[in-house]
Amino acid sequence: MFMVKYILRNAFRHKLRSLLTVTGVAIAILAFGLLRTLVGLWYLGVESSSSTRLVTRNAISLVFSLPISYKERIRQIPGVTRVGAMNWFGGIYVTEKNFFPNFAVEPRAYLDLYPEFLLTPEEQKGFVLDRQGAVVGRKLAAKYGWKLGDRVVLKGTIFPGQWEFVIRGIYRGAQRSTDETQFFFNWDYLNETLRRTIPRRADQVGIFVVGVSNPEQAAEVAQAIDTRFKNSLAETMSETEKAFQLSFVAMTEAIMIAIKIVSYVVIVIIMVVAANTMAMTARERIAEYATLKTLGFRWHHIAGAVFGESLFIAILGGVAGVMGTFPVASVIEKELSQFFPVFHVTTATTLLQLAAAAIVGVTASIFPTWRASTIRIADGLRRIG
Amino acid sequence: MSDNGNIVTLRNVTKSYRRGSQLVPVLEDISFAIRSGEFLALMGPSGSGKSTLLNLIAGIDKVDSGSIEIGGCEITTLGDAELAGWRALNVGFVFQFYNLIPVLTAYENVELPLLLTGLSRRERREHVEAALEIVNLADRMDHRPSQLSGGQQQRVAIARAVVTDPAILVADEPTGDLDRVSAGEILALMDQLVQDFHKTIIMVTHDPRAAEKAHVIRHLEKGLLTDG
Ligand SMILES: Nc1ncnc2c1ncn2[C@@H]1O[C@H](COP(=O)(O)OP(=O)(O)OP(=O)(O)O)[C@@H](O)[C@H]1O
Ligand SMILES: [Mg+2]
Repeated sequence: MFMVKYILRNAFRHKLRSLLTVTGVAIAILAFGLLRTLVGLWYLGVESSSSTRLVTRNAISLVFSLPISYKERIRQIPGVTRVGAMNWFGGIYVTEKNFFPNFAVEPRAYLDLYPEFLLTPEEQKGFVLDRQGAVVGRKLAAKYGWKLGDRVVLKGTIFPGQWEFVIRGIYRGAQRSTDETQFFFNWDYLNETLRRTIPRRADQVGIFVVGVSNPEQAAEVAQAIDTRFKNSLAETMSETEKAFQLSFVAMTEAIMIAIKIVSYVVIVIIMVVAANTMAMTARERIAEYATLKTLGFRWHHIAGAVFGESLFIAILGGVAGVMGTFPVASVIEKELSQFFPVFHVTTATTLLQLAAAAIVGVTASIFPTWRASTIRIADGLRRIG
Repeated sequence: MSDNGNIVTLRNVTKSYRRGSQLVPVLEDISFAIRSGEFLALMGPSGSGKSTLLNLIAGIDKVDSGSIEIGGCEITTLGDAELAGWRALNVGFVFQFYNLIPVLTAYENVELPLLLTGLSRRERREHVEAALEIVNLADRMDHRPSQLSGGQQQRVAIARAVVTDPAILVADEPTGDLDRVSAGEILALMDQLVQDFHKTIIMVTHDPRAAEKAHVIRHLEKGLLTDG
């Protein structure tokens, strides 16, 4: 009881110093949380990808396409439930700054293959029936104020021209992690236009999304697809959606590792700063601790007081940092949605932040705790005046 | 307590400090006794070892050789933990700079030594109030040290020293930081503790007026005791 009182009063003894330390810890923990969230996001696409979907692409590279004729042949392979063609469209809305992913997809197949995009039956029907129909994520629609029935023009980059679409559906994600910033439109619209304008580029597919009936057989089905097209003009490369996503992630993995390291460096820096402050504080109070020892208090009382104060200040900063993380994360989600479609701070990240704060408090107190608790009384008392 | 009425007995006490590779003798073969209820003043030039001697008697520093017997207990044989417990029960401390804890009120400062006893909150309150009554500061118990004058702070420190009712009080230049009037009050208080409460006081001082109050004055000169 006394210890708690003593620790609390000590913690606010130098108000400015404590405030600065708490603020420093809070900012570090906030930065740590945001960086961890960023790293987590990178892998989120992988984790939220389905294990019942395969992606089949040209074996040479993603920039080479596959003939649409492959679709039927893939469907005939045992274990395959559905096949949908898909092309990365790369269209620009008004200016290049408004980046969001947009794809040409086959509506029926796509709606079956991606149950995590939630649409009403009417929206689904509208999308399937309208050749110029498009479906957009809820966040994307909110950002540009699109409503059902609105006309939207994208400027083609890979496929030249001005492409006009009609919003037929606005999907919600089935999970918190589902990306709600995507734009899909009818693959037939793309293909038929190409037939008229650039015939040699028609009937070409970027990737096939393949549904498998049993996830456990995914590897075998992928193997069977690739065997089927062995020695043909365009050989295929099939893998689970997860593996496909990972191949993107791998490119930037080095950056992610760097960010991870930075997130820990931030913690180490604040650790050193806090340790310095705690050492300074304990040094100023050596005579006081010696007095307490004179009165019969033991080394563990003193150690408890120093340790408790350090931990208290660090946890206070940690809690402030955690509380700051959520509003900052939602600002990022709103303002930078083209880069971070979902900037969601997970419970694991919050716990990691609090653990980091506690570790800062504990480490910062080690040296001063040891100094204060082992000081000889006679030496400590001489420090006064 | 020994039968001959001596509460403190030092026999051949030596103490030296290490300064770099050199061993600097501070106290050389000190032997003397203090009678129970005695008010003893320890004088001597700066650096003569007064504080060192006082610390040894109070059990906050260790002798190199020799023995110190206090109230029948040979304290030089005690370990750190036992010594801490012994100090809490048997010795009250008064320092030149009061050494109050700044974040605690006068009441809480006086209560400190009692926290190590098994007393209930109510019993502690009675003891603290009684101690503050003795030093005439009952009306200031909620004040922090920074809200009190030097003399008042020293009186709080005296209340803290006597609250566990120890037999011995040690005081290292208790008036060294005070003006004449406050110093006079403190000395009167110490006198009262000896007269009315039969405490034994060992006081280091440079102040001849303070020494006057004592029953016995001893001089320390270069680590050797000379009678005065
Ligand atoms: N921890 C220590 N390490 C080294 N030397 C010390 C230590 N403590 C005391 N001394 C030395 O021992 C000698 C006696 O010191 P002490 O503090 O007992 O003197 P004093 O008589 O109380 O002096 P003053 O009147 O100035 O308080 C001094 O020379 C001092 O420098
Ligand atoms: Mg001294």
